[in-house]
Amino acid sequence: MAVLEISDISKRFGGLLAVSQASLEVQAGRITGLIGPNGAGKTTLFAIIAGFARPDGGSVKFDGREITGMAPHRICRLGLVRTFQIVQPFGALSVRENIAVGSHLHERGRARALQEAEKIARQVGMQAQLDTPAQSLTIAGRKRLELARALATQPRLLLLDEVMAGLTPTEVNEIVAVIRSIRDAGVTILLIEHVMQAVMSLSDDVYVLNQGRIIAHGGPRDIASNAQVIEAYLGRRATHA
Amino acid sequence: MKKILLVIIVFFLVLPLFVESRFWLGFWTTTLFFALLGQSWNILGGYGGQVSFGHAVFFGTGAYVSAVLQVRLGLDAWTSAAIAVAAGALVGAFIGALSFRYGLRGSYFALVTLAFAEVFRVLANAWDFTGSGFGMLVPMKPGAANLQFADRSWFYYAILLLVVLAYALTWRVERSRFGAYLLAIRENEDAARALGINAFRIKLAAITLSGAMAAMAGVFYIQYYLFVDSHVGYGPAMSVNALLAPLIGGAGTVLGPLIGAVALGSLAELTSLLLGKEPGVNLLAFGVLLLVILRFLPNGLMGLLRGRS
Repeated sequence: MAVLEISDISKRFGGLLAVSQASLEVQAGRITGLIGPNGAGKTTLFAIIAGFARPDGGSVKFDGREITGMAPHRICRLGLVRTFQIVQPFGALSVRENIAVGSHLHERGRARALQEAEKIARQVGMQAQLDTPAQSLTIAGRKRLELARALATQPRLLLLDEVMAGLTPTEVNEIVAVIRSIRDAGVTILLIEHVMQAVMSLSDDVYVLNQGRIIAHGGPRDIASNAQVIEAYLGRRATHA
Repeated sequence: MKKILLVIIVFFLVLPLFVESRFWLGFWTTTLFFALLGQSWNILGGYGGQVSFGHAVFFGTGAYVSAVLQVRLGLDAWTSAAIAVAAGALVGAFIGALSFRYGLRGSYFALVTLAFAEVFRVLANAWDFTGSGFGMLVPMKPGAANLQFADRSWFYYAILLLVVLAYALTWRVERSRFGAYLLAIRENEDAARALGINAFRIKLAAITLSGAMAAMAGVFYIQYYLFVDSHVGYGPAMSVNALLAPLIGGAGTVLGPLIGAVALGSLAELTSLLLGKEPGVNLLAFGVLLLVILRFLPNGLMGLLRGRS
């Protein structure tokens, strides 16, 4: 069953067509990867899905419901939450308080939201940093915090925008395990990623975006051997030099 | 924390018993008045990060509405006070709805609030109904029914009660979901929206509450001084006073505005003692203090206390 259906989404910034009639489907309970070279339009597509940008054409459906152009907070309340590629912590607040902001979506009481934040922190391996101000976390810590905060809203669909960029291989392995456990707990995931090995090992389904268009879709193995994808990443072989 | 609060409240309760001169009673009364005005700014600017340069617009509305209702329409002081506070809330909601609907943030929001205060000042100065250039004078009729007291210590206790109520409310806000959302918006509005926060509604609630609280300070002012004109009511000096106390004491903390108000009041008296009563000397001292605080104590005097504990 498709949790998220994106059909013919286009977005233009002045003369630049950032996303061009992109369509994709995210199946329930699976991890779907969205890859593509820099500037392919991945983050723009995420912004459109989560309500941060309005598309020039096309539609976004979440659980069969039209959410195109809806305000971000309303989309979040329906159970679709995004993280940011450029991490956006609440700098002066502690890790616990950061996560509790997410918990408050379904928990009015302050004490219980803070309590729930602790649980989420354990889930993503941040229990040791609960009282650390977000602004003094390392990059890896901030990426985890993005994930934890989003998770605290109890989403049904989680949009992860490059949560592994800038991490060491060990840190990548740790977060890959966390993402898998989130999926196993029943949360559907759509992720943008540059760390190819991680995408390939995590994703059940992969879409490739290049210059605003979806150029390929399939299982990770098919994608890795797809000629068009190789060309998009590495360029065309000079055959008749 | 609770002990400190108890000590502070007891200190202020017994203060008039030890203060004999009318001057010092007046000093503490105005200090508490600035602590109230500062807290109103703090809710919106300190917790919510929406910096207002025009808080006089709410203060002046409180003072003017109360004065006009008593003088022109003959309403009693209590009813006038209640309507004046509601008017402050309404002006807050109006300015908030306009500026937040169009996504004004940071310095743009600050400038819009300043502009509103100036517009109100010009209008109050021009309109006969609000006393135009002469201002509004409320006739002196001491008595509890008129919210006027012959014994000045009653004014002191009245403002103390208002401060305790406002600070208790702020304390509650700080420990609520609303408070958590305000801080989240201050720290990062986009992230807040992504987590399901209706930033517009939260900011609107904050500016409405802030407007009501500042209008309450205005109501106290008019009962205490029995006079307001456009410069006092809507002039930039009051807007600066509203933000100075929380900035110096510690924005986004419950006790910051009180500590800032005490520091500023003491500094003003100290400068006039040392340098004489030249007009503007105390403002110069405030400016220097603000610069020093911003440079060395970005979290205000509360930051100093917290760092030690």
